[in-house]
Amino acid sequence: MPLEVEVVSRVRRLYHTERADMVIIPGSEGEMGVLPNHTPLLTTLAFGELRIVEGEDVVSFVVYGGVVEVRPDKVTVLADDAESVYELDMAQIEDARNRARDLMAASPNAERRAEIAQELRRVEIAAKVHGRVQGRGQRVRSLEDEN
Amino acid sequence: MPSTREIRRRIRSVKNINQVTRALEAVSASSVRKAQAAVLASRPYAQHAYDVLVNVAAQSTGVPLHPLLEVRLDITRISVVLITGDRGLAGAYNANIVRRAIRFVEQYERPVHWITVGRKGRDLIRRYIAAREHDENAPAFLKDQKIVAEFSHLPADPDLGDIAQIAQIVFDEFLQVPVDEVFIAYTNFINTMTQQPRVLPLLPLRPFEARSREIMELIAPEPEVKRRNRDYIYEPSAAAILNEVIPRFTELQILQAVRESLSSEHSARMVAMRNASESAESLGDVLQLEYNKARQLSITSEILDIVGGVEALKQSDAG
Repeated sequence: MPLEVEVVSRVRRLYHTERADMVIIPGSEGEMGVLPNHTPLLTTLAFGELRIVEGEDVVSFVVYGGVVEVRPDKVTVLADDAESVYELDMAQIEDARNRARDLMAASPNAERRAEIAQELRRVEIAAKVHGRVQGRGQRVRSLEDEN
Repeated sequence: MPSTREIRRRIRSVKNINQVTRALEAVSASSVRKAQAAVLASRPYAQHAYDVLVNVAAQSTGVPLHPLLEVRLDITRISVVLITGDRGLAGAYNANIVRRAIRFVEQYERPVHWITVGRKGRDLIRRYIAAREHDENAPAFLKDQKIVAEFSHLPADPDLGDIAQIAQIVFDEFLQVPVDEVFIAYTNFINTMTQQPRVLPLLPLRPFEARSREIMELIAPEPEVKRRNRDYIYEPSAAAILNEVIPRFTELQILQAVRESLSSEHSARMVAMRNASESAESLGDVLQLEYNKARQLSITSEILDIVGGVEALKQSDAG
């Protein structure tokens, strides 16, 4: 029995499938693989990579916090913010990382620094996920192909 | 018959009005596209969040898992968050949602703490409360109501930060003030031509079965939530998750209601202004015709005068 998976962020719906075999969730308590018929579960998301395995394909997303609801037949990912790996651009990530570091060095305000640190953490995660996906030689599917 | 000058003045003023309504229509048309895109994009998240909330609430019978889930037996006072626009010229948009909210309150028969979002709603409710105070026949619960908070001038594209204050008041009302239920009255956006004013319960969250029949008859049919029998495992713990999820998802419901209302307001304004432009145009046509007739009439009578004068001269010459 395949699993239905829906990935939504606050500003859009990113992905929907009814043919997933497994979902690997970056839970706040650690990474967690969910197979069909999993017992109902509600957990918070960390920053990290969300993987949806569909047959030979793996679809990857970077999620930045949020909540996941697991039901036996469906996984709903409610991310605070999320991007498809397809949308990540290494040059942009580098750029953002450098900018964040410069800002961090220049900013005296502690509150502002915390904000930048958070942003930097996002960038680092995006870079890591991007690298990992490249390293696996995983085929990156375009969302436009799907929807 | 009015003079040609009089008619010309009216034609000019109708043309001016037409220009104003056209400009307003164009402004609304561009905001409506943005607002519609925003409301449609955030709907899936809001709906799923609502679904999760209701299911969490369904498990929370007996001892509530979270203070915001506490269902009280005696409803002595309620709060209503009323979402309207800051400005008028939007057809019946503001009047419809205010009327819907008032009808709800009068049928539910409980004293109200109003939380108004939008200047129009505040003004209309203020007038409504003042009228009840002077009305000797008004029941006691209607005399015992007030506006506890008012918000206006939300940005065109509000996010969670912009409604955080509204949500804070809602939580305070429910947790600290003797308010036992909170409702939200907003205008659901269906399409450019159709918007639906509705009242939905906001707090406490609870499954449909736990709602009294009284409420079910008063509020709009809600977004459908499929009921499943679920006992969640919570990770890391129920308290940690619910503390994070419940307030945030409640804020999100308010935000979505604001977005739905904004979209509805722009649509209503666009349609109202288009109708006004069309009326101005047809009135302009009618006035133009009247002007032509009046002008023709005055020319005819002048010619008659001249002809008559000439005839009179001829006769006096002959004589």
